[in-house]
Amino acid sequence: MARMKFLCDAERCIECNGCVTACKNEHELPWGVNRRRVVTINDGVPGEKSISVSCMHCSDAPCMAVCPTDCFYKTDEGVVLHNKDACIGCGYCFFACPFGAPQFPNGPAAFGARGKMDKCTFCSGGPEENGSKEEFEKYGRNRISEGKLPACAEMCSTKALLAGDAPVISDIFRDRALRRGKAGDAAWGWTTAYGKPEQTQERSREQSREGGK
Amino acid sequence: MKNASRMRLTRGPAFISMVAALALGLSACGEYSQVANYKPGSYQGKSDTRPWEGGKFAGDKAAWEAALANRVQGQNEYKRTQ
Repeated sequence: MARMKFLCDAERCIECNGCVTACKNEHELPWGVNRRRVVTINDGVPGEKSISVSCMHCSDAPCMAVCPTDCFYKTDEGVVLHNKDACIGCGYCFFACPFGAPQFPNGPAAFGARGKMDKCTFCSGGPEENGSKEEFEKYGRNRISEGKLPACAEMCSTKALLAGDAPVISDIFRDRALRRGKAGDAAWGWTTAYGKPEQTQERSREQSREGGK
Repeated sequence: MKNASRMRLTRGPAFISMVAALALGLSACGEYSQVANYKPGSYQGKSDTRPWEGGKFAGDKAAWEAALANRVQGQNEYKRTQ
Protein backbone atom coordinates (compact mmCIF):
# COMPACT_ATOMS: atom_id res chain seq x y z
CA MET A 1 0.00 0.00 0.00
CA ALA A 2 1.25 3.40 -0.90
CA ARG A 3 1.60 6.43 1.30
CA MET A 4 -1.41 8.56 2.09
CA LYS A 5 -0.92 12.27 1.55
CA PHE A 6 -2.83 15.53 1.38
CA LEU A 7 -2.34 17.98 -1.48
CA CYS A 8 -3.91 21.44 -1.37
CA ASP A 9 -4.09 23.17 -4.74
CA ALA A 10 -3.90 26.88 -3.84
CA GLU A 11 -5.01 27.84 -7.37
CA ARG A 12 -8.38 26.21 -6.77
CA CYS A 13 -9.20 26.89 -3.10
CA ILE A 14 -12.05 29.40 -2.84
CA GLU A 15 -12.00 29.66 0.97
CA CYS A 16 -15.48 28.18 1.33
CA ASN A 17 -14.50 26.36 4.56
CA GLY A 18 -16.40 23.28 3.40
CA CYS A 19 -13.48 21.09 4.48
CA VAL A 20 -13.45 22.64 7.96
CA THR A 21 -17.19 22.11 8.38
CA ALA A 22 -17.07 18.56 6.98
CA CYS A 23 -14.31 17.64 9.42
CA LYS A 24 -16.04 19.16 12.45
CA ASN A 25 -19.30 17.47 11.56
CA GLU A 26 -17.82 14.08 10.73
CA HIS A 27 -15.92 13.74 13.99
CA GLU A 28 -18.30 15.74 16.20
CA LEU A 29 -15.41 17.86 17.41
CA PRO A 30 -15.87 20.00 20.52
CA TRP A 31 -15.97 23.77 20.49
CA GLY A 32 -12.48 25.21 20.01
CA VAL A 33 -10.96 22.18 18.32
CA ASN A 34 -10.33 22.59 14.60
CA ARG A 35 -8.47 19.74 13.02
CA ARG A 36 -8.53 21.63 9.72
CA ARG A 37 -8.47 25.35 8.98
CA VAL A 38 -8.42 27.51 5.87
CA VAL A 39 -5.65 30.09 5.88
CA THR A 40 -5.56 33.04 3.48
CA ILE A 41 -2.20 34.51 2.53
CA ASN A 42 -2.08 38.21 1.59
CA ASP A 43 -5.74 38.58 2.55
CA GLY A 44 -7.34 41.51 0.75
CA VAL A 45 -4.40 41.98 -1.60
CA PRO A 46 -4.97 41.16 -5.28
CA GLY A 47 -3.71 37.65 -5.92
CA GLU A 48 -4.45 36.38 -2.42
CA LYS A 49 -4.25 32.65 -1.97
CA SER A 50 -6.15 30.37 0.38
CA ILE A 51 -4.98 27.00 1.58
CA SER A 52 -6.56 24.30 3.66
CA VAL A 53 -4.24 23.30 6.49
CA SER A 54 -4.26 20.37 8.88
CA CYS A 55 -1.88 17.62 9.93
CA MET A 56 -0.04 16.64 6.73
CA HIS A 57 1.08 13.25 8.10
CA CYS A 58 4.70 14.14 7.41
CA SER A 59 7.23 11.61 6.18
CA ASP A 60 9.57 12.52 9.03
CA ALA A 61 7.05 13.87 11.53
CA PRO A 62 8.56 16.30 14.06
CA CYS A 63 5.73 15.63 16.55
CA MET A 64 6.82 12.00 16.76
CA ALA A 65 10.38 13.07 17.46
CA VAL A 66 9.57 15.42 20.34
CA CYS A 67 6.81 13.51 22.17
CA PRO A 68 8.09 12.69 25.67
CA THR A 69 5.68 9.77 26.07
CA ASP A 70 6.20 8.36 22.55
CA CYS A 71 2.48 8.23 21.99
CA PHE A 72 2.74 8.68 18.20
CA TYR A 73 2.92 5.93 15.64
CA LYS A 74 2.72 5.66 11.89
CA THR A 75 0.43 3.23 10.11
CA ASP A 76 1.45 1.13 7.12
CA GLU A 77 -0.30 3.72 4.95
CA GLY A 78 1.93 6.53 6.28
CA VAL A 79 -0.73 8.12 8.49
CA VAL A 80 0.61 9.66 11.71
CA LEU A 81 -1.68 8.74 14.61
CA HIS A 82 -1.42 8.97 18.37
CA ASN A 83 -2.58 7.12 21.44
CA LYS A 84 -4.67 9.46 23.58
CA ASP A 85 -4.33 7.18 26.60
CA ALA A 86 -0.60 7.99 26.69
CA CYS A 87 -0.84 11.72 25.85
CA ILE A 88 -0.08 14.00 28.80
CA GLY A 89 -1.04 17.24 27.05
CA CYS A 90 2.44 18.77 27.32
CA GLY A 91 2.08 20.63 24.01
CA TYR A 92 5.57 19.83 22.68
CA CYS A 93 4.04 18.50 19.47
CA PHE A 94 2.25 21.82 18.95
CA PHE A 95 5.55 23.72 19.13
CA ALA A 96 7.28 21.24 16.82
CA CYS A 97 4.58 21.05 14.13
CA PRO A 98 5.23 23.34 11.11
CA PHE A 99 1.48 23.38 10.34
CA GLY A 100 0.05 24.12 13.81
CA ALA A 101 -1.96 20.93 13.60
CA PRO A 102 -2.14 19.71 17.21
CA GLN A 103 -5.22 21.01 19.00
CA PHE A 104 -6.02 21.02 22.70
CA PRO A 105 -9.60 20.93 24.00
CA ASN A 106 -8.89 23.30 26.89
CA GLY A 107 -6.98 25.78 24.75
CA PRO A 108 -3.85 27.54 26.03
CA ALA A 109 -3.49 26.40 29.62
CA ALA A 110 -0.83 25.33 32.09
CA PHE A 111 1.10 22.12 31.57
CA GLY A 112 -1.21 19.15 31.95
CA ALA A 113 -4.35 21.30 31.97
CA ARG A 114 -4.66 21.57 28.19
CA GLY A 115 -6.27 18.19 27.87
CA LYS A 116 -5.27 15.42 25.50
CA MET A 117 -3.99 16.49 22.11
CA ASP A 118 -6.35 16.12 19.17
CA LYS A 119 -5.40 16.25 15.50
CA CYS A 120 -6.38 15.12 12.05
CA THR A 121 -6.32 11.33 11.80
CA PHE A 122 -6.73 11.21 8.00
CA CYS A 123 -10.15 9.86 9.02
CA SER A 124 -8.49 6.62 10.13
CA GLY A 125 -9.36 6.60 13.84
CA GLY A 126 -6.77 5.49 16.34
CA PRO A 127 -5.53 2.55 18.38
CA GLU A 128 -8.97 1.12 19.16
CA GLU A 129 -11.11 -1.42 17.34
CA ASN A 130 -12.11 -0.17 13.88
CA GLY A 131 -15.48 1.53 13.93
CA SER A 132 -15.98 1.06 17.67
CA LYS A 133 -17.68 3.55 19.99
CA GLU A 134 -14.40 4.07 21.88
CA GLU A 135 -12.59 4.90 18.66
CA PHE A 136 -15.24 7.40 17.63
CA GLU A 137 -15.28 9.13 21.01
CA LYS A 138 -11.49 9.45 21.21
CA TYR A 139 -10.43 9.89 17.59
CA GLY A 140 -13.50 10.42 15.46
CA ARG A 141 -14.91 8.39 12.62
CA ASN A 142 -12.80 5.83 10.80
CA ARG A 143 -13.71 6.39 7.13
CA ILE A 144 -10.55 4.75 5.81
CA SER A 145 -11.64 1.38 7.22
CA GLU A 146 -14.92 1.89 5.34
CA GLY A 147 -12.98 2.28 2.07
CA LYS A 148 -13.59 6.03 1.95
CA LEU A 149 -11.29 9.03 1.81
CA PRO A 150 -11.10 11.80 4.45
CA ALA A 151 -14.33 13.79 4.67
CA CYS A 152 -12.59 17.13 4.00
CA ALA A 153 -11.23 16.04 0.61
CA GLU A 154 -14.42 14.29 -0.44
CA MET A 155 -16.46 17.35 0.51
CA CYS A 156 -14.21 19.87 -1.28
CA SER A 157 -16.39 21.51 -3.93
CA THR A 158 -13.56 22.59 -6.24
CA LYS A 159 -11.41 19.53 -5.49
CA ALA A 160 -8.64 21.87 -4.36
CA LEU A 161 -7.94 19.47 -1.52
CA LEU A 162 -6.84 16.07 -2.70
CA ALA A 163 -6.25 13.11 -0.40
CA GLY A 164 -5.05 9.60 -1.00
CA ASP A 165 -2.30 7.57 -2.52
CA ALA A 166 0.66 9.92 -3.24
CA PRO A 167 1.43 8.86 -6.84
CA VAL A 168 -2.26 9.05 -7.81
CA ILE A 169 -2.97 12.49 -6.35
CA SER A 170 0.26 13.90 -7.78
CA ASP A 171 -0.80 12.54 -11.17
CA ILE A 172 -4.18 14.25 -10.84
CA PHE A 173 -2.44 17.50 -9.92
CA ARG A 174 0.08 17.19 -12.75
CA ASP A 175 -2.72 16.62 -15.26
CA ARG A 176 -4.52 19.68 -13.89
CA ALA A 177 -1.42 21.89 -14.04
CA LEU A 178 -0.80 20.86 -17.66
CA ARG A 179 -4.38 21.63 -18.68
CA ARG A 180 -4.49 25.04 -17.05
CA GLY A 181 -0.95 25.84 -18.10
CA LYS A 182 0.54 26.60 -14.68
CA ALA A 183 1.20 24.97 -11.36
CA GLY A 184 1.07 28.33 -9.56
CA ASP A 185 1.62 28.40 -5.80
CA ALA A 186 0.06 25.01 -5.65
CA ALA A 187 0.88 21.91 -3.65
CA TRP A 188 1.44 24.12 -0.67
CA GLY A 189 3.34 22.49 2.22
CA TRP A 190 4.22 19.46 0.13
CA THR A 191 8.00 19.92 0.46
CA THR A 192 7.83 20.76 4.15
CA ALA A 193 5.78 17.68 4.90
CA TYR A 194 7.15 15.14 2.47
CA GLY A 195 10.55 16.55 1.49
CA LYS A 196 12.41 14.34 3.93
CA PRO A 197 12.79 10.59 3.58
CA GLU A 198 10.37 8.35 5.36
CA GLN A 199 11.38 7.50 8.91
CA THR A 200 13.60 4.48 8.64
CA GLN A 201 12.71 3.29 12.13
CA GLU A 202 9.06 3.05 11.25
CA ARG A 203 9.71 1.37 7.94
CA SER A 204 11.97 -1.24 9.49
CA ARG A 205 9.35 -1.89 12.17
CA GLU A 206 6.71 -2.44 9.54
CA GLN A 207 8.98 -4.66 7.49
CA SER A 208 9.76 -6.81 10.53
CA ARG A 209 6.04 -7.04 11.24
CA GLU A 210 5.35 -8.04 7.65
CA GLY A 211 8.14 -10.61 7.84
CA GLY A 212 6.70 -12.08 11.03
CA LYS A 213 3.33 -12.73 9.41
CA MET B 1 20.21 -23.49 80.71
CA LYS B 2 16.87 -24.99 79.81
CA ASN B 3 15.19 -21.59 80.11
CA ALA B 4 17.75 -19.93 77.81
CA SER B 5 17.38 -22.52 75.05
CA ARG B 6 13.57 -22.32 75.31
CA MET B 7 13.78 -18.53 75.00
CA ARG B 8 15.95 -18.89 71.90
CA LEU B 9 13.47 -21.32 70.38
CA THR B 10 10.46 -19.07 70.96
CA ARG B 11 12.31 -15.91 69.92
CA GLY B 12 13.68 -17.41 66.71
CA PRO B 13 10.44 -17.63 64.68
CA ALA B 14 9.25 -14.27 66.02
CA PHE B 15 12.51 -12.65 64.99
CA ILE B 16 12.40 -14.19 61.52
CA SER B 17 8.78 -13.18 60.96
CA MET B 18 9.60 -9.64 62.13
CA VAL B 19 12.50 -9.35 59.69
CA ALA B 20 10.32 -10.74 56.89
CA ALA B 21 7.53 -8.26 57.67
CA LEU B 22 10.05 -5.41 57.73
CA ALA B 23 11.55 -6.44 54.39
CA LEU B 24 8.10 -6.79 52.88
CA GLY B 25 7.05 -3.40 54.22
CA LEU B 26 10.16 -1.65 52.96
CA SER B 27 9.90 -3.23 49.52
CA ALA B 28 6.76 -1.16 48.96
CA CYS B 29 8.88 1.99 49.31
CA GLY B 30 11.15 1.05 46.40
CA GLU B 31 10.74 2.50 42.91
CA TYR B 32 10.11 0.30 39.96
CA SER B 33 9.61 0.92 36.26
CA GLN B 34 5.95 1.43 35.47
CA VAL B 35 6.43 0.77 31.75
CA ALA B 36 7.22 -2.77 30.74
CA ASN B 37 10.29 -3.10 28.51
CA TYR B 38 10.59 0.65 27.98
CA LYS B 39 12.38 1.50 24.77
CA PRO B 40 12.92 5.24 24.41
CA GLY B 41 12.02 6.60 21.00
CA SER B 42 9.56 3.94 19.94
CA TYR B 43 5.80 3.71 20.25
CA GLN B 44 4.69 1.36 22.99
CA GLY B 45 1.01 2.06 23.28
CA LYS B 46 -1.89 -0.05 22.15
CA SER B 47 -1.53 -1.68 18.77
CA ASP B 48 -3.94 -0.55 16.09
CA THR B 49 -5.95 -2.76 13.79
CA ARG B 50 -5.37 -2.34 10.05
CA PRO B 51 -8.07 -0.59 8.04
CA TRP B 52 -9.20 -3.72 6.19
CA GLU B 53 -9.38 -5.84 9.36
CA GLY B 54 -12.92 -6.27 10.64
CA GLY B 55 -15.97 -4.25 9.73
CA LYS B 56 -16.97 -3.87 6.08
CA PHE B 57 -13.98 -5.59 4.46
CA ALA B 58 -13.42 -8.38 7.04
CA GLY B 59 -9.74 -8.84 6.21
CA ASP B 60 -10.04 -8.53 2.43
CA LYS B 61 -7.11 -6.22 1.72
CA ALA B 62 -7.52 -6.32 -2.06
CA ALA B 63 -11.17 -5.22 -1.86
CA TRP B 64 -10.26 -2.41 0.49
CA GLU B 65 -7.46 -1.20 -1.79
CA ALA B 66 -9.79 -1.35 -4.81
CA ALA B 67 -12.48 0.67 -2.99
CA LEU B 68 -9.96 3.30 -1.97
CA ALA B 69 -8.35 3.48 -5.42
CA ASN B 70 -11.79 4.04 -6.92
CA ARG B 71 -12.44 6.89 -4.51
CA VAL B 72 -9.06 8.50 -5.18
CA GLN B 73 -9.66 8.46 -8.94
CA GLY B 74 -13.05 10.04 -8.29
CA GLN B 75 -11.23 13.21 -7.31
CA ASN B 76 -10.09 13.71 -10.89
CA GLU B 77 -12.99 15.52 -12.53
CA TYR B 78 -11.34 15.28 -15.97
CA LYS B 79 -11.78 11.52 -15.77
CA ARG B 80 -15.24 11.70 -14.20
CA THR B 81 -16.65 13.89 -16.96
CA GLN B 82 -15.20 11.92 -19.88
